[in-house]
Amino acid sequence: MNGLDQSILTLVTFAPAAGALLLLFFPRRDRDIRLFALVISLLTFILSLHLPAHFVRDQPGFQFERDIRWIPTPNIHYHMGMDGISLWLVVLTTFLTPLCVLISWKSIHERVKEFFILLLILESALIGVFVSLDLFLFYFFWESTLIPMALLIGMFGHGRKVYAAIKFFLYTMIASVFMLAGILWLYAKTGSFDFVTIQAAIHSGAVPSFAAAAQWLFLGFFIAFAVKVPLFPFHTWLPDAHVEAPTAGSVLLAGVLLKMGTYGLLRFNLGLFPEQARANAWWIVILALIGIVYGALVAMVQPNMKKLIAYSSISHLGFVVLGIFSFTQAGLNGAMFIMLAHGISTGGLFMLAGILYERRHTYEISEFGGLATPMPVYSTFFLFVMLASVGLPLLNGFIGEFLVLSGAFQAKMWWGVVAASGVIWSACYLLWMYQRVFFGVVKHEENNSLPDLNLRERVALWPAMIMALAMGVVPMLWLNSIDPAVKNALAPFADLAAKVVGR
Amino acid sequence: MMSALTAASMQTIPNLIPNGDYVRILPEIVLSIFGMIIMLLDPVMSERRSQRALGVIALLGAIAALAATFYQAQQQFWGLGFWGMVKVDPFSIFFHVVVIAVTIVVILSSYEYMEVQQIRAGEYYGLILFGAVGMALMSSAVELVLIFIALEISSIATYVLAGFRRRAAISSEASVKYFLLGSFATAFFLYGVAMMFGATGSTSIATIGAAMGLFNGGGGLLLAYLGVGLMFVGLGFKVAAAPFHIWTPDVYEGAPSPVVGFMSTAPKAAVFAVLIRVMFQAHAPGRVWLMWVVAALSMSIGNIAALVQDNIKRLLAYSSIAHAGYVLVAFAALPANGIPAAMFYTASYAAMNVGAFAVVGHFAGRGERYVALEDYSGLGRRSPLLAGVLTIFLLSLIGIPITGGFFAKFYVFSAAMQGPHPLIGLTVIGVVNSAIAAYYYLRIIVFMYMREPRDQARVPRVTPGLGIALAISLAATIYLGVLPGQVLDYAGRAAAFLH
Repeated sequence: MNGLDQSILTLVTFAPAAGALLLLFFPRRDRDIRLFALVISLLTFILSLHLPAHFVRDQPGFQFERDIRWIPTPNIHYHMGMDGISLWLVVLTTFLTPLCVLISWKSIHERVKEFFILLLILESALIGVFVSLDLFLFYFFWESTLIPMALLIGMFGHGRKVYAAIKFFLYTMIASVFMLAGILWLYAKTGSFDFVTIQAAIHSGAVPSFAAAAQWLFLGFFIAFAVKVPLFPFHTWLPDAHVEAPTAGSVLLAGVLLKMGTYGLLRFNLGLFPEQARANAWWIVILALIGIVYGALVAMVQPNMKKLIAYSSISHLGFVVLGIFSFTQAGLNGAMFIMLAHGISTGGLFMLAGILYERRHTYEISEFGGLATPMPVYSTFFLFVMLASVGLPLLNGFIGEFLVLSGAFQAKMWWGVVAASGVIWSACYLLWMYQRVFFGVVKHEENNSLPDLNLRERVALWPAMIMALAMGVVPMLWLNSIDPAVKNALAPFADLAAKVVGR
Repeated sequence: MMSALTAASMQTIPNLIPNGDYVRILPEIVLSIFGMIIMLLDPVMSERRSQRALGVIALLGAIAALAATFYQAQQQFWGLGFWGMVKVDPFSIFFHVVVIAVTIVVILSSYEYMEVQQIRAGEYYGLILFGAVGMALMSSAVELVLIFIALEISSIATYVLAGFRRRAAISSEASVKYFLLGSFATAFFLYGVAMMFGATGSTSIATIGAAMGLFNGGGGLLLAYLGVGLMFVGLGFKVAAAPFHIWTPDVYEGAPSPVVGFMSTAPKAAVFAVLIRVMFQAHAPGRVWLMWVVAALSMSIGNIAALVQDNIKRLLAYSSIAHAGYVLVAFAALPANGIPAAMFYTASYAAMNVGAFAVVGHFAGRGERYVALEDYSGLGRRSPLLAGVLTIFLLSLIGIPITGGFFAKFYVFSAAMQGPHPLIGLTVIGVVNSAIAAYYYLRIIVFMYMREPRDQARVPRVTPGLGIALAISLAATIYLGVLPGQVLDYAGRAAAFLH
């Protein structure tokens, strides 16, 4: 462990926030502000590459750890660290942010400074969520994501933006106070906020009156994460937030914010309360299955492109929850992989939808048609990213869905059958949408003169496409470090997994 | 008081009051002297020039009092003085600092306000200092009669201050309403003191606390219950805890904004200090359930009523009722956790609320015309700095991380969860309430950033005095949110002196 290894997480987490602080004192010259934001987000990305480069795959436990006393009473530590589960989520965040900056270059032309400050603060908070190992610190970052996201939607969105922003804020805020109550209970009983300490105390049965409270604690954490995922029936905030959010907001919302929920389920609900997770799995899986099918069916009938993508997220995230609560190695690996793949491909879809919106100021599918003629390059990019989202083999969506399905089949046959239908649905709604937007004759006169992608937009899209392809062709690059971490997370479930597989 | 005055001390008349005793009320003495200087200078100075000069004198007085408090903080002055009526310990120092710091911020933000409102009255600053005398004394008094006197000193000053916008009928209404209801409330307090004296034969907090330990039921205990209840009516009125909160919105709406900033923080802090002494140090019987009910009521009533307010001063009035509720949650907890939590909450609430009212007062304009939420439309565009500062105060009031409000709520709820009988029900009510509260604070932010400006009326420039006031409260809010450990530690040590 050299010196950089100790402070790298702090650097990566706070680099964007430091950039935001500097930006505060910038004169209001929009070009400079955009450039500076781009530089900062790229710098953060480069810094974050240190993590996978120096990550020791087979080492159990957390790496790049930093544990400093922050506040003596209550016993709050500045404890950061990462394992194979959080590693790629951090890199996903730092990867998407520069793309967000690029995609907002022209579409944000008012209050540019505020926009990029909020975006960078949001990035810091998101990274912080994934690397905190102190429950207090985790809650701190968790809540910190709320304000910048709500402001991004409310200030820079369109249509019913205020409604969407407040709905988003209240939904997630109200849900997370239950988690806070749970965290406080754990602190009162263990005298620590440290994840590792609490986990050890629970496993060794050293927490007084834990048995009576465990179910409530599980639910307290679960509700906070389920709203964030969002799991059916807590999903109603998502379509509103997505439709009204600016493109960059949508990309980070779908790409990273939703993963905070699934990450939380995996880290805390499984990590702290394995028995309750097992006992509650049946109804959670049913909710996930409903989410998969329901999300897909609702997506199919959406007249609005962005709403369609939003509902497809609900369907995809249903797969993730299914994978997590199948308690199988394949299922969890797949869940992790979908989290990353969905971040890239849905992020890409939102960017593409945003590009179209910049040109036509509408997301209505019926407003388009035959776009392949005036915008050939755009439609090729769109096709590629869409196929990744559908789950075409050799692209990133396929690997994750395959793993989750095989995990689901291992756990219970009918889970797999229902979930597999979701794969078909996703092909239906996406391909149908593609057909309506791009094929046929140009119905609206103004669509004939739409300019194709410019250089900046291509630069923003290429990385996402390359990544989608790379993840589909050599998934082991990612799974290599995910797999041991997942094995660790599953250790308490080992006997259960053996039982299920043996059946 | 009467019991403390023993025959022995009567005989040695030259040393009736040891010199150290004067140091124990030094901040109060300093504040009184400066207050009197202002009252004496006011009539002899020309009306137009007096405003600024008297303000500066008041500011100097408050700073001198703050210095006096730090001088007191040296260990040799700790202990009882004036026949056991006042006590200097880290606890009293903590509240002295809060009260005097708020006074400084209020004086700084008043310069501009008084000029804009064209209120020419030197006694304004004098009254603020006299009010601060009462509040400071409340936090160091350990004898119920002295506490009553201090309470009256502070109350009378604030009654007058509430009516300072003499041209506005609503301000006079606020003053009269506050005065009539407040007099009733303090009478209740006095009644409670009498009951307590009847039950324990003493008005000294320490003696009462010792006596309470001996009760195992019987007539004395019943009297004590009555005493505590009646005293709480008086004190609950002053902190605007439900069900004694009815006056709050009307008074806050009518009174001048800096005064509202003052009376929603400093007297509250002082009364919370008294409440800590009465509830914890005096081992008040029935504390837990009384505080449980009052806290739950205050939080719920305050937050729900605030949801539908369209006037920012009324909104913040209901929010202050809710915040009193959060503090009272700590009073239902165990002393070791509850006292520091309550102290920390008081301090951070003072920082963020006095700052918020300073912005409101600045933005209100002449005659306080702009106090509707509608008027805040597009403030983020018209005055990014002012809107940004107000946003931070509001986020702190919601309880968002890296602000003092977050840790304040956190400590209060975590205090309630400690011990063998965690107050899970109250904590759940509390956290749900803080989620509801997010909505109405957020509404202000929404108006500021997400609505188009209604008119292009220029927002007045921030004057240096107000700028310093805002900087102080902003720095305190952020400091308490980033490094709360030091203050909480100090509060913890101070609390150790009480039990």
